[in-house]
Amino acid sequence: MSRRVGVYVCHCGSNIAGTIDCEAVARAVGERVADVAVSRDYKFMCSSLGQSMIQEDIEKEKLDRVVVAACSPHLHEKTFRRACSNAGLNPYLMQMVNVREHISWVTKDQVEATRKATAMVTGAVERVKRQEALEPQYVPVNPATLVVGGGIAGLQTAIEIAEFGHPVYVVEREPSIGGHMAQFDKTFPTLDCSACILTPRMSEAGQHDCIHLLTWSELESVSGSVGNFKVRVRKKARYVNSEICTGCGVCEEKCPIKVVDDVFEAGLGIRKAIYMPFPQAVPKMPVIDTAHCIWFVRGKCRACEIFCPTKAIAFDQKDEIVELEVGNIVLATGYDLFDCRRLPQYGYGRLDNVFTSLEFERMCNAAGPTGGRIVLRDRETEPRSVAVIHCVGSRDKRTNEYCSATCCMAALKFGHLVRERIGAEVYSFYIDIRTFSKDYDEFYQRVMDEGVHFVRGRVAEVTDVPRSPAEEGKLVVQCEDTLLGVQRRIPVDMVILMGALEPRADARDLALEAGISCSMNGWFTERHPKLDPVATMTDGVFLAGACQGPKDIPSSVAQGAAAAARILGMITRGRVEIEPVVATIDEERCSGCRICNALCPFHAIEFDEARHVSHVQASLCKGCGTCVAACPAQVIRGAHFMNEQIFAEIEGLLADAWSDVSEPVAAFAAGGVDD
Amino acid sequence: MTDLEFQPKIIGFLCNWCSYRAADLAGSTRTRYAPNVRYVRVMCSGRVDPAFVMKALSLGADGVLVAGCHPGECHYLEQNYKTMRRMTMLQHTLRQLGVEEGRVRLVWASAAEGHRLAKAIDEMVDRIRSLGPLRWPAGWQERPEVLAAIERVASEHASAAQEVAT
Repeated sequence: MSRRVGVYVCHCGSNIAGTIDCEAVARAVGERVADVAVSRDYKFMCSSLGQSMIQEDIEKEKLDRVVVAACSPHLHEKTFRRACSNAGLNPYLMQMVNVREHISWVTKDQVEATRKATAMVTGAVERVKRQEALEPQYVPVNPATLVVGGGIAGLQTAIEIAEFGHPVYVVEREPSIGGHMAQFDKTFPTLDCSACILTPRMSEAGQHDCIHLLTWSELESVSGSVGNFKVRVRKKARYVNSEICTGCGVCEEKCPIKVVDDVFEAGLGIRKAIYMPFPQAVPKMPVIDTAHCIWFVRGKCRACEIFCPTKAIAFDQKDEIVELEVGNIVLATGYDLFDCRRLPQYGYGRLDNVFTSLEFERMCNAAGPTGGRIVLRDRETEPRSVAVIHCVGSRDKRTNEYCSATCCMAALKFGHLVRERIGAEVYSFYIDIRTFSKDYDEFYQRVMDEGVHFVRGRVAEVTDVPRSPAEEGKLVVQCEDTLLGVQRRIPVDMVILMGALEPRADARDLALEAGISCSMNGWFTERHPKLDPVATMTDGVFLAGACQGPKDIPSSVAQGAAAAARILGMITRGRVEIEPVVATIDEERCSGCRICNALCPFHAIEFDEARHVSHVQASLCKGCGTCVAACPAQVIRGAHFMNEQIFAEIEGLLADAWSDVSEPVAAFAAGGVDD
Repeated sequence: MTDLEFQPKIIGFLCNWCSYRAADLAGSTRTRYAPNVRYVRVMCSGRVDPAFVMKALSLGADGVLVAGCHPGECHYLEQNYKTMRRMTMLQHTLRQLGVEEGRVRLVWASAAEGHRLAKAIDEMVDRIRSLGPLRWPAGWQERPEVLAAIERVASEHASAAQEVAT
């Protein structure tokens, strides 16, 4: 097997050449490694001059393999594959070596860096000689899209895609779409009313020809892959016939059972056993809460059925499984609010007048449980002083180390609302104020001008045990004021805890179902933290909103729109390219032991009972290679990661292994690889 | 560092999705660590056939690192659990062959944990440096019968591989 390999070592300015002797690497590999026809070093391989150098060599020197030693293949593999392709060389006959991130940027030892680079380039040459030409595969893209989560991020995605006439299914767990934004009163920093900007979007989604809302529904399972997913959705029984219900609300009025609403009203308000979470709900249709409905608990009542003018109550309804076929999936499942009971020193759940941020949002909302009045738990007394505690469950090693990003602005908003509506004194206890976005810091300045007091320091505790007459009957906030360097005790009537944003409790289950990963904190992992915050590692699965990390409304909307744009691009193109890195089984030599069958989590390996052999379905195979490593007969081929390719790479990497360890290593760089 | 100091040669298998990116991140954040690990990129740590590890050790590597995504974070859902099983078995075998603990290591590093990978590598290099070169099996390169046997096995492998390829 004789090959003509071209080796190109990039200097990346001084990024690589500052540590690695690129010229010595190119020379050593060129002189000592068999089949290397051309070996060069160049200042910037990714520049158009660098690329055309490769292209010219492929044509003039008749190269049939190329090795580029430069940066991470995650950055420039596409660039160099394209360069090869342009010169008529199959892109899979090019191998990259990452000598920048993996060598020159992590060490200052020039001798060892040069030695490691030489070894890794040698490994790549040995590997590339055994690489095979592969053709990318294409699959058609189903134009339908599934959006999981009907909050503002999911709605944005759904509406943008539907505007182009493509069908979108929105799966929402709650009885109505709207998400957290529907619970809010005002939105920072503009202070426009949340409902005023959200409800038009909700009804647009509800009425759109191309948007199919599946509310009170949950995603059961996902199978298939990009372009052709099959999903199962459980439509939970509403016990209301959606065909004939008019949403008049008589049932709700007549229902005798009152239940504390800890979802929409955050525990501050009540609802009935048959209920719509809020008046602008979309779809405008109630559900029956079977845990509290007298009919389901004790077999009596049926008041709603008796009074319903259209006879829409259907007690015999059952859960229904809906099967959908979609080309792409967007996860927009949002966040859970931190359970403030986990920090007992702040007294939530024990001290009456300690509220969570979500409770306070509902309290400020004119449609909320207090009709928009800011009052204490007794529902009568207006507080004369309010403490707002930042970072409850955020930036805290005991709970979550991350910053929840939205709470500073929400706390400023609360400060403003209290000053504006009741004129009470407001104390904002912060670690750092983070007002990072457009017009946010201006809002901070404005709230300071409005007379909110800012105290820098993490609150130690909130207590109702007085130490002086002034503290009698008050909640006392104990805190070290780190600007003054003193301990302070500030008596207030009301405390608001700015709870952290946390991943949904079941986010990991959904991630597993959708085949994506979560960060250590439980947020969904994006494809690239900077360059691709919308896609995931699984093709065809995209992220929008706070499920990827704490995010405010503008960022959620932007990400939702970005996900829509990506999907529209795929729908317009009509087909999607799949890396041809898949496993294949040599059925002639398969013994039918079935060891590989159980190893594949994607169910890509089928067993042919009649012929007693296993078979890989290429469209389901994701190319991990686990079965390849497990086959006792070694008859599974993992394309592009074949045993002989990897063995050859290891040999190349260790070509210098038996050189005398006491030999001055500089000689290695100059002299090249020991054969 | 003197030229005479023992520089262990370690082969590191990195999975494409987490640990390779962790190594990328260690680079972009200029985290300094020992340059003794020579990387092989695989799509998943589950691709690492124990034979790769044995091959590396027999070709003169002083240690082998296998790095993958954290359990529960595998890009291929659960394949790193299979890596874990294999590595446990392999380490058991290596112990019986007299290969010291610490020469073959499994490390989890997410794409956000460049520092973690770097730290694990530094620890591993220190450990292997204190153990000295593996030279495994001891002195085989001076024994013609071993060389002949290796040659024979290698050519059988090559012809088997050729057979698979055709």
